Amino acid sequence: MNQQLGASRRPDIGMGALFAATLKRDLKLSLRRKSELVNPLIFFLMVITLFPLGVSPEPGFLAELAPGVIWVAALLATLLSMDSLFRTDFDDGSLEQLLLSPQPLMLVVVAKVLAHWMLTGLALTLVAPLISVMLFLPAEGVPGLMLSLLLGTPTLSLVGAIGAALTVGLKRGGVLISLLVLPLYIPVLIFGTGAVQAAVTGLPLGGYLALLGALLALGIVLAPLAIGAALRISVSG
Amino acid sequence: MSQAMLKVENLFCERDDRVLFDQLSFDVDSGEIVQIEGANGSGKTTLLRILSGLSRNYEGDIYWQGEPVDRVRDEFRSELLYFGHQPGVKALLTPEENLHWYCALHASLDPARVQEALEQVGLRGFEDVPCHTLSAGQHRRVSLARLYLSDARLWILDEPFTAIDKRGVAAKEALIGRHVARGGSVILTTHQDLQGSGAVRSINLDRQGERG
Amino acid sequence: MVEKKKWLPRWFYQLASPRWCFQICGKLLPGFSVAALVLLLGGMVWALLFAPADYQQGNSFRIIYLHVPSAILAQSCYMLMAVAGAIGLIWKMKVADMVAKSCAPIGATMAVLALLTGAIWGKPTWGSWWVWDARLTSMLILLFLYLGVMALNSAIESESTAAQASAVLSLVGLVNIPIIKYSVEWWNTLHQPATFKLTERPAMPADMWVPLLVMVVGFYCFFAVTLMLRLRNEILRRERRSGWVRDLLLSK
Repeated sequence: MNQQLGASRRPDIGMGALFAATLKRDLKLSLRRKSELVNPLIFFLMVITLFPLGVSPEPGFLAELAPGVIWVAALLATLLSMDSLFRTDFDDGSLEQLLLSPQPLMLVVVAKVLAHWMLTGLALTLVAPLISVMLFLPAEGVPGLMLSLLLGTPTLSLVGAIGAALTVGLKRGGVLISLLVLPLYIPVLIFGTGAVQAAVTGLPLGGYLALLGALLALGIVLAPLAIGAALRISVSG
Repeated sequence: MSQAMLKVENLFCERDDRVLFDQLSFDVDSGEIVQIEGANGSGKTTLLRILSGLSRNYEGDIYWQGEPVDRVRDEFRSELLYFGHQPGVKALLTPEENLHWYCALHASLDPARVQEALEQVGLRGFEDVPCHTLSAGQHRRVSLARLYLSDARLWILDEPFTAIDKRGVAAKEALIGRHVARGGSVILTTHQDLQGSGAVRSINLDRQGERG
Repeated sequence: MVEKKKWLPRWFYQLASPRWCFQICGKLLPGFSVAALVLLLGGMVWALLFAPADYQQGNSFRIIYLHVPSAILAQSCYMLMAVAGAIGLIWKMKVADMVAKSCAPIGATMAVLALLTGAIWGKPTWGSWWVWDARLTSMLILLFLYLGVMALNSAIESESTAAQASAVLSLVGLVNIPIIKYSVEWWNTLHQPATFKLTERPAMPADMWVPLLVMVVGFYCFFAVTLMLRLRNEILRRERRSGWVRDLLLSK
């Protein structure tokens, strides 16, 4: 009696195909909501602008401040965009469907975080040279800045996604997610600014980048586990 | 069939200090339609969410083909189609894109039949428009189109007929009938009387609540 | 549900029963209370009156007898919270969830105490109330982690969901604590020339560290007392509708 059901079943979809499909879907979704797409970038620019206004426009002083300011602004911009990562999926019910897939959840999660990073972290990295000119960061520091952002921002997205997953079931996750995630961002901030400062003073960068890389590797291995568990908990609640 | 497809034993669930059901036990065999009944707030949706594995806030045991469901989670999920309160349709994607995404998630959905399914639910001509231009009922129809693609054995449907017109309901009922005839099972909640879908067994949660 | 998993020792399941846990805590409480009182009082008197003054800092160093135990406790409390949370997650054990929930405010208080005593100590030692010293900064971040867990716990309405979410967060924090500590220490050496370090000192003479040890043990006993009190409250609150709690309340 059961022969008909499942008889024409496709062999399981390849993991690569699922990963690609998720990545494509999330990128497509973000690109169709263009206004929200640029919001983190605008925020990034605005925060940067506040520092010369609030502290001092003096070039030497700003140059000294630049690595920290750029990193803090990048961190906040990432954080700001984090809340929406799972929220729309949660609201329209696609998150439930995603959790009921027999495919490994971690894979889908990594694809979603990657899509998010490409439109925030990567975008921030690309506009960083412009910002560094506005803050009088010496030209020698720019490669260090970009490399550290390139290696550090994916970690920010991964860790932020844990916070997003934990708060997705709450009506207002916005401030809470910052409370949860900001302390966890501190190591990335420290090594990121350290890399830029080293680059400015002409010291070797390798160590800092290796540390940022190590954090990223750890994040890629462990964060999807936590994100998956957190999503199941949030949806269950 | 020596054992039930889905077996529920001594299920207990409370929410907000209220016992929704206690010592709830039932079997679902293949070829069966089980309708969960009860007043609003009696825990129908909660029960369906527990059965599908979305909600873990319960005590008791659920077996899938004789095995504890937690141990065969992946097999269970690959044989499950869940239709929830929220249709799970992305407003920014077209109906076609939405369904293809589901096909990537579930091997039990056949992407080759997407066009046919959209035609069945009356969304022909809407394949390429973003879903946010569609009505609420059409949203649900996009999600219901999954039923036409699915060869999962267990369907769990939460109010599948809400915001669907009469003809649509008749078509869905026929579809459910076909699914059951093929040896599948359906667990559903609905405010409508099911007609022409063969034998429907109902489980009433109100009586459960009184007992608990 | 419990009978199925036979490979864990019996006491583990007994602990899982809120009632049994409530009773055992009740039996342990008097002993721990006395021990905490004796050790803390004795340690305090010894530390303040009899231990020798530090040759560099004079009497102001005596605050380590509060600072060090509270700092140690703030850290181990986080560990307990995360481990209890993990047990609650894996075995769906309600009591473990309650332990984790009870731990958070105690740990946060200890972190605040460590920060306050650190600040008070900083005034005579460095001449300012706050110095971005590696240990103090790490402690501040630890406090943030506690506050995050507590905020998440209170934001989620469903108790079991709140417990599970907090458990995941505290586990994530547990993985991060060593990384944060390392990065902060490293940042500190980069930005500040090695100044006088709190607590990292050449070997202390025995008449200095023995009272410290007494204080640390006393703090642990005190922690056990507060934890058990909070846990008993939590058990009563959550099990308020079960028969044995009603009987207990009616009998009084």
